[in-house]
Amino acid sequence: MSVDILIAILATAITAGTPLLYAALGEILAERAGILNLGVEGMMLVGAVSGFIAAHYTSSPWAGVIAAMLAGGAMASIHALLTVTLRANQIVSGLSLTIFGTGLSGYLGKPIVGTPLETSFKAFEMPIMSSIPFIGPIMFKQDALVYLSYIIIPLMWYFLYRTKTGLNLRAVGENPAAADSLGINVFRVKYVYVIIGGMLAGIGGAYLSLMYVPTWMENITAGRGWIAVALVIFATWNPAQAILGAYIFGGIDALGFRLQAMDIMIPTYFLKMLPYIFTIIVLILVTGKNAAKHIGAPQSLGLPYDREER
Amino acid sequence: MHLKNSKMRFTLMLVLAAALLLAGCGGGGGNEGTTEDQGEDKLNVAFMYVGPAGDAGWTYAHDQARQYLDTELDYVVAEDYVENVAEGAEAATVLTQLAEKGNDVIFSTSFGFMDYTIDVAKKYPNKTFLHCSGYKTAANVGTYFGRMYQARYLTGLVAGKATETDLIGYVAAFPIPEVIRGINGFTLGVKEANPDAEVKVIWTNTWYDPSKEKDAAKALLDSGADVIAQHQDTPGPQQAAQEAGAYSVGYNTDMSKFAPEAVLTSAVWDWRPYYADTVEAVENGTWEPNQYWGSLADGIVDIAPFGPMVGDETKELVKQWRDKIESGEWDVFYGPLKDQSGKIKVEEGQQMTDDEILNMNWFVEGVNGKLESSE
Repeated sequence: MSVDILIAILATAITAGTPLLYAALGEILAERAGILNLGVEGMMLVGAVSGFIAAHYTSSPWAGVIAAMLAGGAMASIHALLTVTLRANQIVSGLSLTIFGTGLSGYLGKPIVGTPLETSFKAFEMPIMSSIPFIGPIMFKQDALVYLSYIIIPLMWYFLYRTKTGLNLRAVGENPAAADSLGINVFRVKYVYVIIGGMLAGIGGAYLSLMYVPTWMENITAGRGWIAVALVIFATWNPAQAILGAYIFGGIDALGFRLQAMDIMIPTYFLKMLPYIFTIIVLILVTGKNAAKHIGAPQSLGLPYDREER
Repeated sequence: MHLKNSKMRFTLMLVLAAALLLAGCGGGGGNEGTTEDQGEDKLNVAFMYVGPAGDAGWTYAHDQARQYLDTELDYVVAEDYVENVAEGAEAATVLTQLAEKGNDVIFSTSFGFMDYTIDVAKKYPNKTFLHCSGYKTAANVGTYFGRMYQARYLTGLVAGKATETDLIGYVAAFPIPEVIRGINGFTLGVKEANPDAEVKVIWTNTWYDPSKEKDAAKALLDSGADVIAQHQDTPGPQQAAQEAGAYSVGYNTDMSKFAPEAVLTSAVWDWRPYYADTVEAVENGTWEPNQYWGSLADGIVDIAPFGPMVGDETKELVKQWRDKIESGEWDVFYGPLKDQSGKIKVEEGQQMTDDEILNMNWFVEGVNGKLESSE
């Protein structure tokens, strides 16, 4: 395998991994607040269609990103209302959100299906950085949303593990009653991060319709929301690990196609299984360490919080 | 008090969840029209689709023809359609619904609907069912499909003339006879125009995943292909070609709007003439169940208008072969045909039967790809 092909595979892995990455980061925030949101696929779709519509009519891809964030956030706020205030079953509500989002995005997108986007995000070279051998052509010949994700990851890691607000968020996810007794507004925290999570999922969807494809087609995510949910587990709720997972999951297809082009046949079905196999392996590894080092799922994940039931 | 409160909450939650679910389901279909109201004297025609009408590919082409029936034929109402129907038991439910709503002619437009169409049709002997791409018929069920390989051959000629690296990439969905037949037809066209060129195939094992299909095209472009053809339900490969400054050949519908600088032409379905003829036959009482396999001459398959980069010499070549095919003087799978190993599969002077063409499971010489990936 020549270096050029390796570079092409890794660069594609980043592009293909970026929508997964945004969605997974959003889901990490929501789950850190103790709210499991299986509506990622639906939020990504609504984000993708809203972003496309906004970018199409304003000719500005950034307007598209903002619209996608608002749409994803609005979708997530439905989930927050149902699960935080009404303490509905998070799984049921999340699944409904996906079904709702699939239908809503199809409906909203009807008039603009297949319209090509004139002003999509384009890849551009980062000065200086792109001339670094090997790393440069892989990481720094990408588009603005990829560069943005490079910035978001360390910020989010710092926020979660090194700031008081981040600690509060983790506390809410681990033990909401204890957090409550310390004066943290548990309900507000849950709302805020579920909604921010939805915004990030919206960007993940918009990455497909504004950059990757770039046009709107129904069900453009084709199941990436579910891979993002698996990715959160793979990353053990840690944004720094999510980046690795996203690029591995994204790179699997790129690698598979390149191998086919070199007449090396690996069954596509096997490649399709890999993200889930990796996730299961990580789950097994993490479960062993979980008790000692306390990494892994937030303790109160999926449980409704009721002050009166403390 | 506390119990009552949580009960109320639970009820409210259920109602909201149900509302969300219902809203979600309602958004997908466009079949709210009540055909019974539109008068008994008109012929009500309905469609069942496997994908969204907005897929810009397979289902889109069918839906264009549906709209044509609805607007152009004044004795027809064709407002009823259901999208995204899974190829399973759901198909029987949808077909029954469409029949119960008073539709007279129902088109079911995916291979996997075959058995359900036959089953439901038994219960409604007075209604006419048409199933696309299948092989089972009944007293009130006909099948229909088109010889897409003929259009593929013509697009192969164009691709063969356009390539400079003598390598053409082909992003293909699944290794089934329909797709293999298309690749073979295309490759024979390429070889006719450019004996040195070969066609490299990558399987995606998806029908509909725009970004993945785009990635597959990128892999082909990276390995030296400068023209990208495809058998998918999305224009992802076309967009990859345009971004790389390469050419491409579309499928299903005219894909030039997605990649105007890249698309040389597209192999397209035009269901309008067949649908119009069928509906008319039903209206006149002359319809009979048959297995329709329309050709280039029938207009059910065709190629889209050429892009501006296609030269006159190529156009002339295409016209020449189109005339041969349309006149019935020659067809794509006439011998001599060799397989990938160079072994003669069809002798000179012989031709493949329709049955052999429909069950084709080998690649012709010039295809660089393997069929094992699905196993």
